[in-house]
Amino acid sequence: MAKKVFQRPKYLKKAVFHYCPGCGHSIIHRLIAEIIEELDIGEKVIGVPPAGCAVLAYDYFDVDMGESPHGRGAAVATGIKRILPDRIVFSYQGDGDIAAIGTAETIHAANRGENITTIFVNNGVYGMTGGQMAPTTLAGQNSTTTPGGRDVKRDGFPLDLSEMLAIARGSVYIERTAVNSPKNIMRTKRAITKAFKAQMDGLGFSLVEILSPCPTNWKLSSVDACKWVEESMVKTFPLKVIKDEVEGAIS
Amino acid sequence: MAKKTKKGKITIDRELCKGCYLCISVCPSHLIAVSDKLNQKGYYPAEYMETDSKEKNRKCTGCTMCAITCPDIAIEVYRG
Ligand code: SF4
Ligand code: SF4
Ligand code: SF4
Repeated sequence: MAKKVFQRPKYLKKAVFHYCPGCGHSIIHRLIAEIIEELDIGEKVIGVPPAGCAVLAYDYFDVDMGESPHGRGAAVATGIKRILPDRIVFSYQGDGDIAAIGTAETIHAANRGENITTIFVNNGVYGMTGGQMAPTTLAGQNSTTTPGGRDVKRDGFPLDLSEMLAIARGSVYIERTAVNSPKNIMRTKRAITKAFKAQMDGLGFSLVEILSPCPTNWKLSSVDACKWVEESMVKTFPLKVIKDEVEGAIS
Repeated sequence: MAKKTKKGKITIDRELCKGCYLCISVCPSHLIAVSDKLNQKGYYPAEYMETDSKEKNRKCTGCTMCAITCPDIAIEVYRG
């Protein structure tokens, strides 16, 4: 008898994602739902969705969710975790959300060592509003507000937020991954699992930055968008463990 | 004990599919193609074509690569 070895995870509702074809958000949602099931924390997890393309994440996850205003994910997650310390709390934020308007609360949450996990989806543009330049837009990258490419003299450099958060003394685990290939998707899953485990063991602030294709605003096919992550994005945002103080400490 | 060759198969929900074709780009056995019929959303969905592909080394192994990559969870994989 053939056995089903891959299916929709239990903690995703049977809703159709509103995301564009080939969007990395859809893959990341599925990974988080799989991990919630595997760690058996469905009754204990609380997600904090952002403003941006993932604003409707609560329509998809079949777990408790509490929407955050734009950029305030780390602050909202902090509040929830402090009131309900036995819950596993994660914020889900895009680059426009976390690396621009939300920079302050994110840095301070990391520095205070809040025992929360942040999923930072980096696609280098403001997706929902139509592809404007974000802090993470690459040098030379076209966006609707940088036609002709981001000029670092005029527009500044792409922001290495994860590296900045690694300097904060309260952060314990920060890794940058991508969801542009099966191998990288599996690596992302391991990273988020580790981040959740660090929180379950009470170790402090954990974050996984995920380079995520946005074919629509990059104006590429889904397949080419995955290639572009590999060819361009990782040069500015290399895939690596940026900080790991949990190795050996998690059960 | 005879060495077992892995046997698998997939199903694609053509109405969930948004025609990104990432599954096609990752299947090591090239077993997925583009359908020539539109789905209700207006995409040409991906289609599993195992039965049309009898060449050597072009069997589904149930490796799940296509399903892992599918953003819209349109693919289910069976093994054995
Ligand atoms: S605009 Fe980009 S990030 Fe937003 S849903 Fe579409 S592909 Fe995804
Ligand atoms: S990866 Fe999924 S959504 Fe994309 S073409 Fe294949 S089945 Fe359709
Ligand atoms: S399970 Fe593996 S071999 Fe089978 S269709 Fe999917 S990618 Fe191809």
